Amino acid sequence: MSAVRKLQQRPVLLEVSGVSKSYGGQVGCLDVSFSIRPGEVLGIVGESGSGKSTLLACLSGRLQPDTGSIIYDMKDRGPVDMLLLSEPERRRLARTDWGIVHQNPRDGLRMDVSAGGNVGERPMAIGARHYGNIRAEAQDWLQKVEIDLTRTDDKPRTFSGGMQQRLQIARNLVTKPRLVFMDEPTGGLDVSVQARLLDLLRGLVRELGIAAIIVTHDLAVVRLLADRLMVMQRGRVIEEGLTDQVLDDPHHPYTQLLVSSILQV
Amino acid sequence: MTIIRLHARGLSKTFTLHTQGGTTLPVFEDIDLQVRSGECVCLHGPSGAGKSTLLRSLYANYKPQSGSVMVQHDGEIVDITAAEPWKVVEIRRFTIGYVSQFLRVIPRVPVLDVVAEPAITNGRSVEEAHAAARTLLTRLRIPERLWSLAPATFSGGEQQRVNIARSFIVAYPILLLDEPTASLDAENRKTVIELICEAKVRGAAVVGIFHDAEVRDAVADRLFEIRSTHREPTEIPCKPVPDLPTIEAVA
Ligand SMILES: Nc1ncnc2c1ncn2[C@@H]1O[C@H](COP(=O)(O)OP(=O)(O)OP(=O)(O)O)[C@@H](O)[C@H]1O
Ligand SMILES: [Mg+2]
Repeated sequence: MSAVRKLQQRPVLLEVSGVSKSYGGQVGCLDVSFSIRPGEVLGIVGESGSGKSTLLACLSGRLQPDTGSIIYDMKDRGPVDMLLLSEPERRRLARTDWGIVHQNPRDGLRMDVSAGGNVGERPMAIGARHYGNIRAEAQDWLQKVEIDLTRTDDKPRTFSGGMQQRLQIARNLVTKPRLVFMDEPTGGLDVSVQARLLDLLRGLVRELGIAAIIVTHDLAVVRLLADRLMVMQRGRVIEEGLTDQVLDDPHHPYTQLLVSSILQV
Repeated sequence: MTIIRLHARGLSKTFTLHTQGGTTLPVFEDIDLQVRSGECVCLHGPSGAGKSTLLRSLYANYKPQSGSVMVQHDGEIVDITAAEPWKVVEIRRFTIGYVSQFLRVIPRVPVLDVVAEPAITNGRSVEEAHAAARTLLTRLRIPERLWSLAPATFSGGEQQRVNIARSFIVAYPILLLDEPTASLDAENRKTVIELICEAKVRGAAVVGIFHDAEVRDAVADRLFEIRSTHREPTEIPCKPVPDLPTIEAVA
């Protein structure tokens, strides 16, 4: 059949084994292992302080884990242990192959650069030079995330929270990353804005076939976006599986509590 | 000769409710169910007997304690209870369709796209998928003026018909139906009966829960009784199963 067929023929993109990180005596994340293939969306849920963001920071190269390995299948080199890459190599990889969508758009945007500039910066960083093409591509993406083109030259400072978050997504996806990390991508937005953003993300992830790791405390968000789910408590992964399985038939007491405490997902 | 598309063997399910003092709730035990190509099996039993639980277990939505659910998928036989998540995603994409009792609404997405989506992820072109969606929505009497709206505000029966259209747009070899006609009027019930019969003719193996006797009589080849646990489930023949050719032979 078509390209959508046969997930299994795609090799593992990221293989995480036994990753742990503690802050002094404080547990960040403990012995986390999983793998993800192209086109898969993995959700990570758990209460605040359960280690979700620590894990995400370790995976995306912003924190050095104490132990474990993170093997990433690089486009031109094949599987490489991220922890053995040099800092500049890792930064280059993050720029070309990955996207990182921060909970707070201000951490992921350049607030003093225009919306168009925010989106055009990444293609430029990886070698695009033709101004007209860059601007056209930036506008194409602004349209995709439903930002009015008349705002192309405005600074994100003048945007609403939802618009800033959509701009951050455009900035991250414009270079077609193979792996995207998202930390509470819909946090702090009101419900109707969240729904639009979710719908948008869902469409883009499917259309581009990218792998994504999404950290959130919102079970409705993972229900809609993630194929697979990991539940974390006190730094450990305590339950994992297909998203609907984990949410509809949770086995671990903590997951049952988590699912039963919310009204409806 | 017919091929067995789905075979549940030794399937047992018990819920443990940790938030309610660790109460255990045995639902069924050691179930054995084989469903052949072109056959429709109706799960039968009183409310709370575990019909929906069994159906969800066949879809890998619930995790049984023991047993296996072997399905014919893409030329091989796979145990869906033991398959890795990406494999289950693939099996649900191409092999097993499931009509739940309620439509899980995707915010903001118009009905036409909601219905077309499974066909598109299945590799059909957007035009083809939309054409098929229009045909199904018309057959199920969803007025055209609703097609561009999101189904969140639809009536129960309208949402159920959207749900049915979404699950019949792909010619799944296995179909699981949980009370697909529960909130439908007589005319629409008839359409759903037609859809199920067409699916059987093209060789689908169907497992369903049908409370409505008229629907059950029209589509079911046999009943599969689920009684409370610790008793043997029994099979009651309802109609003789015609000796259908295999899918391969038809093609
Ligand atoms: N996710 C769940 N967690 C805990 N218990 C559950 C869950 N799903 C079902 N049960 C329990 O399993 C038993 C069987 O329920 P099920 O929904 O399968 O019955 P049913 O035969 O479909 O009934 P009905 O005809 O009323 O739809 C019930 O006691 C129910 O409370
Ligand atoms: Mg039921």
